[in-house]
Amino acid sequence: MTEAPAETCPAGLYLDAISHSYGARPVVQGVTLAVPPGQLVCLLGPSGCGKTTTLRIAAGLERPSRGRVLLNCQTVSGDGLHLPPEARNVGFLFQDYALFPHLNVAANVAFGLDKMARADRAQRVVEMLRQVGMEAYAEAWPHQLSGGQQQRVALARALAPRPRLMLLDEPFSGLDKRLRDQVRDETLHVLKSSGVSTLMVTHDPEEAMFMADSIALMKDGRVVQMGSPEELYLNPETPFVASFFGEVNLIPVTVRNGSVDTPFGPVAAPDLGEGAPAELLIRPEGLTLVPDSAGIAEVLASRMLGRVSLIHLMAGGLHLHARVPGHFMPAEGTRLTVRLDLSQAHVYAAEPGNS
Amino acid sequence: MADLDLAETFHDPVAPMPTAPARRFSGWSAASLVIAGLVGAPVLVVAGHLFAPSGEVWSHLAATVLADYIVNSLWLMVGVGAGVTFGGVGVAWLVTMCRFPGSRMLEWALLLPMAMPAYVVAYTYTGLLDYAGPVQSGLRALFGWSSARDYWFPEVRSLGGAIWVMTMVLYPYVYMLARAAFLEQSVCVLEASRTLGRSPWRAFREVALPLARPAIAAGVALALMETLNDFGTVHYFAVDTFTTGIYRTWLGLGQPAVAAQLGAVLMVFVLGLVLVERMSRGAGRTHHTTSRWRTLPRFRLTGPRALAAQVFCCAPLLLGFLVPAATLAIWSWEVGADQLFAADFAGLVANSFILAAVAAGAAVLVAVVLGYAQRLDPSGLNLGAVRLASLGYAVPGSVIAVGTLVALGFVNKVVGVMLIGSVAALVYAYLVRFLAVSFNAVEASLGKVTASIEAASRTLGKGPFATLWRVHVPIIRGSLLSAALLVFVDVMKELPATLIMRPFNFDTLAVRAFSLASDERLADAAAPALAIVLVGLVPVIGLSRAIARSRPGGGE
Repeated sequence: MTEAPAETCPAGLYLDAISHSYGARPVVQGVTLAVPPGQLVCLLGPSGCGKTTTLRIAAGLERPSRGRVLLNCQTVSGDGLHLPPEARNVGFLFQDYALFPHLNVAANVAFGLDKMARADRAQRVVEMLRQVGMEAYAEAWPHQLSGGQQQRVALARALAPRPRLMLLDEPFSGLDKRLRDQVRDETLHVLKSSGVSTLMVTHDPEEAMFMADSIALMKDGRVVQMGSPEELYLNPETPFVASFFGEVNLIPVTVRNGSVDTPFGPVAAPDLGEGAPAELLIRPEGLTLVPDSAGIAEVLASRMLGRVSLIHLMAGGLHLHARVPGHFMPAEGTRLTVRLDLSQAHVYAAEPGNS
Repeated sequence: MADLDLAETFHDPVAPMPTAPARRFSGWSAASLVIAGLVGAPVLVVAGHLFAPSGEVWSHLAATVLADYIVNSLWLMVGVGAGVTFGGVGVAWLVTMCRFPGSRMLEWALLLPMAMPAYVVAYTYTGLLDYAGPVQSGLRALFGWSSARDYWFPEVRSLGGAIWVMTMVLYPYVYMLARAAFLEQSVCVLEASRTLGRSPWRAFREVALPLARPAIAAGVALALMETLNDFGTVHYFAVDTFTTGIYRTWLGLGQPAVAAQLGAVLMVFVLGLVLVERMSRGAGRTHHTTSRWRTLPRFRLTGPRALAAQVFCCAPLLLGFLVPAATLAIWSWEVGADQLFAADFAGLVANSFILAAVAAGAAVLVAVVLGYAQRLDPSGLNLGAVRLASLGYAVPGSVIAVGTLVALGFVNKVVGVMLIGSVAALVYAYLVRFLAVSFNAVEASLGKVTASIEAASRTLGKGPFATLWRVHVPIIRGSLLSAALLVFVDVMKELPATLIMRPFNFDTLAVRAFSLASDERLADAAAPALAIVLVGLVPVIGLSRAIARSRPGGGE
């Protein structure tokens, strides 16, 4: 096991220009990523973007075709070396939980604790089950548990051997919406209190923002932007990033004098050349609506979605969506004045592949 | 090969997923290749003789008996093929698509003849139907005939008799696959054809039968492989086929190379059947995804039609199982317990059981190694190894015996270790013959262990071997046992390879039944034959229960 040079050696997990392909099809292309100690990083992206493969490479379940994987400054993949998963001391929480059907809950949690003395092992099992609130189920069998309970046992099993790194593969996707919120919250607290570095895969941006210290958004096998959740949400570098975190109004525009015109006033576009075709992305919650008989916008329809109301507008020949908190249901045909929150509007050079 | 197919039909085959960490050439792959080489060698040895220069003895055989072998084998295949197709498809249609008194019981009972080795049925019918047997004696008494000149009675010990006997015990292959195909056919297709004005009979002929054709072809191919494998029946009936020819050439003429050449020609026949079976199965699979088990509309038969259906369905059960089994029981009873146990009967049972148990254990162990290696690294190399190791599944036991002996003779020459005539060599031959049976069952059940369960064990610090031992084996324990049981029964029944390869003075139940019957001591042969049948019933009953459980729609 070669020691990496100090300057390229952050503790925690470090993926160094990882590539992988299945047959001739490249699925991961030059992903570089760090999970600092104690941090939770989310790999976010649409299905087929290579995020799960990246996770499996970190676990040692796949061998990357190029690049290196470093775990606490130790090379575990790359440089002609591949440490098998059983030698890495990583915890993996699977989408289907993968509890051993022939072992009861306590034996599942104890599975990774062979090296411990018997008494210590029993104590560790109880401790882990208590941490996830499952101590009453130690003798139960996996098939007797609900999905949420199985998820907790799987979490306890993965954390029991005190892994150097936790890997979570869509761990909440098998749960229904209400249970998911609760289990997600519990899982976050268990992970944070154990202080383990965690890499988690999800396709749900809201989930990623809920869980992550930082997010790596992937597309077509590459990381397109990495940063804190608010960075990605507030300063998306591409239209893909902006639209991945929620619905956007996309307006084709042209740059004039360093800005683009909208029915609600100009938006600065300092980096784009004069006359260049551009795309203006406005989040629906960036539009503030005030009833005004002289307003330029007309209500096409109003819908209550729960916490927000969705208003379909026609303004300056454009069909736009606006989201307003709470109950706001102007009648069809009502005229409105629209104010634009500039922090929720982004201008990008129009590229065919950008949308 | 019989049971191979059972495993495929009743375990859902799940393709193993490419899961495991990409590994370079591992110990598992190495073991897999070595096993494949060892198990595949005898078949390859025989296949090699297809191109061997033909010697004097071969020319002699070719000039004298080869034509007989080919003609008889072909007639056997034509006769048995027609018989099992007609009988198997007919009873399958009646019990799945119609309801008549007794049809539900028949649905599983029709499998019982599978427990009967063909040679055992041959012995019982000879005893019943030959000149001194109860049937002809009864006829003579009834009509006052005094000798064979007074009347005509068909000769049992003939080609026709062999066709009859094999049809009676081999039709369940066709029955089983045709039944599954009928059940899987979309009800809508059949009902649509009814609403379009087809009578039930025409719906059967024009819709159901064509849809089930691949399954039927696969079943017939399996039955014909068993036909070519048969040695006991044709030998006893003095019908010269390849298997008897191989036996005679080897033991009578002492010509291993020529026996291998005969085996090579026989393998060409088998290869044709394997191709038919493979292609049919491939074609059949496409139907299976379209519909699940559903309640089928049943035609309720009453009156004379119900009676006709009952007669048609009970006949194979009666003739293929009940009559021979009852005959064996009566003979065993008449011979008496003292004579039965006075001799070395216990020794025979012990020999058979130990051989079968050792072979079954070895077959399952080797199958687990092959299956797990393929799962860890589903590369072309490992898949090829599995193919090579499964080669023996359709190859007749006599051919395998010859191939094994030639291969072991080579080992003797090179290494100086004499294995021929040892129990080890016999177990090796069984492994070559029956490995595919256990492998298919093991492979299907390994598929039940999901990729993430395997990965979970690996990330929890268990290496490949510990994972196999602590995760896979406990989870698939039941399937491992049934795989062992299938091989166990096949070995108990196996005759030709055992006859050729057994150590000197080493008898099994099958060998004893064969030699007693050959000495015309049919009643004495009954006890060992009955023992084989009783053991063979165990997996057939398990299969019947699976069939009963899979009955679509439940109550009616």
